[in-house]
Amino acid sequence: MGRKLLLEHINEPGIQTFDVYRQKGGYRAVEKALKSMSPDDVVEEVKKSGLRGRGGAGFPTGMKWSFLAKPEGVSRYLVCNGDESEPGTFKDRYLMTHIPHALIEGMIVSSYALGANTSYIYVRGEMMPQIRILERAIAETKAAGLLGKNILGTGYDLEIYVQPGGGAYICGEETALLESLEGKRGNPRIKPPFPAVAGLYGCPTVVNNVESIASVVPIINDGGEEYAKIGIERSTGTKLISAGGNVKNPGVYEIELGVPVEEFIYSDEYCGGIANGKRLKALVAGGSSVPILPANLICKTINGDARLMTYESLADGGFQTGTMMGSGGFIVFDEDQCIVRNTWNFTRFYHHESCGQCSPCREGTGWMEKVLHKIEHGKGSIADIDLLWDIQRKIEGNTICPLGDAAAWPVAAAIRHFRDEFEWHVLHPGESQSRNYGLAHYADPVKPVAQ
Amino acid sequence: MLSIQENQPVEFSAALLEQFGEIVARYPEGQQKSALLPILHLVQAEYGWLSTDSMDKVASYLHIQAIEVYEVATFYTMYFLKPQGKYMLEVCRTGPCCLVGAEKIMQHIENRLGVKEGEITADGLFSWRGVECMAACGYGPVLQIGPEYTFYENLTEKSVDELIDTLRDKAKQQA
Amino acid sequence: MAEEIVKFKVTIDGIPVEVAPGTTILNAARQIGGDIVPPAMCYYSKLEGTGGKCRTCLVKVSKGSEKDPRPMPKLVASCRTTVMDGMEVQNITSPDVVEARKGVVEMLLINHPLDCPVCDQAGECKLQDLGYEHGDEGTRYEFERRTFERIDIGDKIQLHMNRCILCYRCVFVANQLTNEREHGVLNRGDHSEISTFIHKALNHDFVGNVIDVCPVGALTDKTFRFKNRVWFTKPVDAHRDCPTCAGKVTLWYKGEEVLRVTGRKDEYGEVEEFICNTCRFETKSTSDWTLEEPTPVDHESVIGANHYLNFNPPAVIHEDKKLQLANEEQLARTERLK
Repeated sequence: MGRKLLLEHINEPGIQTFDVYRQKGGYRAVEKALKSMSPDDVVEEVKKSGLRGRGGAGFPTGMKWSFLAKPEGVSRYLVCNGDESEPGTFKDRYLMTHIPHALIEGMIVSSYALGANTSYIYVRGEMMPQIRILERAIAETKAAGLLGKNILGTGYDLEIYVQPGGGAYICGEETALLESLEGKRGNPRIKPPFPAVAGLYGCPTVVNNVESIASVVPIINDGGEEYAKIGIERSTGTKLISAGGNVKNPGVYEIELGVPVEEFIYSDEYCGGIANGKRLKALVAGGSSVPILPANLICKTINGDARLMTYESLADGGFQTGTMMGSGGFIVFDEDQCIVRNTWNFTRFYHHESCGQCSPCREGTGWMEKVLHKIEHGKGSIADIDLLWDIQRKIEGNTICPLGDAAAWPVAAAIRHFRDEFEWHVLHPGESQSRNYGLAHYADPVKPVAQ
Repeated sequence: MLSIQENQPVEFSAALLEQFGEIVARYPEGQQKSALLPILHLVQAEYGWLSTDSMDKVASYLHIQAIEVYEVATFYTMYFLKPQGKYMLEVCRTGPCCLVGAEKIMQHIENRLGVKEGEITADGLFSWRGVECMAACGYGPVLQIGPEYTFYENLTEKSVDELIDTLRDKAKQQA
Repeated sequence: MAEEIVKFKVTIDGIPVEVAPGTTILNAARQIGGDIVPPAMCYYSKLEGTGGKCRTCLVKVSKGSEKDPRPMPKLVASCRTTVMDGMEVQNITSPDVVEARKGVVEMLLINHPLDCPVCDQAGECKLQDLGYEHGDEGTRYEFERRTFERIDIGDKIQLHMNRCILCYRCVFVANQLTNEREHGVLNRGDHSEISTFIHKALNHDFVGNVIDVCPVGALTDKTFRFKNRVWFTKPVDAHRDCPTCAGKVTLWYKGEEVLRVTGRKDEYGEVEEFICNTCRFETKSTSDWTLEEPTPVDHESVIGANHYLNFNPPAVIHEDKKLQLANEEQLARTERLK
């Protein structure tokens, strides 16, 4: 059993309530930080912990914090990104639903570290029940004197508010989120300036994912160095993985970074293998935007090393034969799934969610969807596959925000690894409508690349 | 939930205005526009959808221009700009849910309700639509129903039938 | 003693220029001029906050600055990226940039109706220029194009949303020149549209400027609708004593008749000064105006004779095979039109 830092008490009855959470040692980090540490000490611990942003980009949290501008007399803000919308990812929902005080505690400590006196938790509007849960948790914490004016008599004031989104994946992008929080359309801002300099209401702002903020609690309790002992290399600590698709036991798992992918998929402690006794065909390891991998590149890297659940190992081989940790949205495909159909589905998602501000994404995502729809429904040509490759290439890297890349990568990876399945759809238009391509050769051993 | 027709003027209740006030107080002076999204949710919960008049009244309440409200209301998919059925069944249609049968569930709902996506049943009780990922991929197929966005997980054709029956009974009792 | 004025040295396509700190790459390029200036469809120097959206002005920063010479990892929008001292930028000397720009042009055109034969903007359309100068021949898009209803927003301005490239300039005009904005961008993604939501007439004194800033034929002057092709009209600079605006305009003549009035535009199609609706729509007799001189026309679209003929890139392009290949079509058009 791996260590659990976030979900240690998840099965404790009543852990959603302040009282039980407190009994289980909750809010120790607030006491420790506010009473015995300076804000800079807290930042230093987070730096030492090696914590990397859990929302998807994996940027070191402590470093992000240290970039925050601190001009005299200007408010600073901490905004928690609870807009969880990346297909395959549902860990923040889980955390907010079952152990909301972990987030509130993390918010207090993090706000203190950043010198914020008002902080917002932006939660996607569809999670109205979670919004209510968080509001209740905030009220309880306030009643206990751990939030509000003069917390624990330290003179530190903090208010936390929960803000609902309105239904837009793009608001998970931090500047779109800030626009949305300001009551505007969720159009990502053109950077620079970065939020650390001019964020919410033009003030210096840090935007962090729910899980990142909750992870600050064990870091403060046990110390950054202790936290960094878990994991491998630059992948420190524990990570929540959302496992979905065709696994036996879908759900949210807290893993120590470094668990072998094979163990994660097949052991009963985690996913328990593929559902219904089927075989594994493909995996999206970190939410829909990261490259999909065929079965033969999942458990082992191209050079035959065991692939581990770390930022580095998942990325081993680059986009040619690797993928990314992303948000930890683990989507497993069994042998009966159609990669073409799934790629079309994902592309429809990005088309639907493009904000429409910049031309390559606005026009390109819709174009890719139409071409994929054609191929999936047996009306495509081989030239369409090449066209698709070219469209994604013209979107990637040329847009205002990462949504363009997120839309392009799954298409590129699907064609890279499953091109023959696309071609089969084109060459067998009738058959492709009545049966699946199946596992084909996707689980066959691969030849290592020459060094 | 009140029912309003198109072009019907609305007047926000005192209770609603009080909630508006609480929301506006969350933001710094002069940043009341931040309250727009939460207020639109409240208005939609009250009337079932956002009429032009209701949006105009929100604009004047927040001292912003009406177009700023229209821009926002048309950007976000949770806001309805025309009346819907009393219960709007929103089914996730994104990849992970499709791996576990969401497409079949949507087909079943269409058959069962007898209306196409986006339409309203003759009794005004139901409409349904596919929506993009709701961040519940491990519990798919899933659907949600506003305005509280109650979640229904691991859907089967049977559980969908039961849900529809329960909602129909509930509506009858309320009538 | 006067303080020494700090200038940043930046090199664009091998051509050095010294500019004030805070200058964008695009404006530095404009100071150099010629074919190394990136095209800009959404940026408008007189409207604060514009730019960054259309992505036609993407360039490669091959050296960040003297202090930090690392290149920037992605192509950047030159209209929104400010120069650093010692920065080196590649525009048409980067095959990646030329390629990416071709892609952007294609994206802008896939849903465009290409109804130039019946579009009043034809001849002074920035999308025509862009397509001609930076696009590929032919189209790979085979699906039905997106369409919208044509609407009148007021009795003087018509909105053809089909033609719009969503540059947002008209929204900035309403925000910055009028006290009430009644139109905006509604919906999202490729359903986004400029609209008033409910039918509304735009009446503000300065709202007519949306016509001048629109790079395409999405917002056109109804008083000029179908009157003539712009290249058959003769532009003349004129002014009048206007109580509302500076009254400096260009009159577009056909014979004795003033067919339309616009602001005076520079070589990048930007007006020098915004004009009021009275000057634009209501004063169309020569007697209303003091004529100055025929508008000097050089670089502006087909109105400037021979504009499309000359592609004069830096010498390096002629010397480098890869760069020649990247700019193949641009080089070919000079030949074609000889």
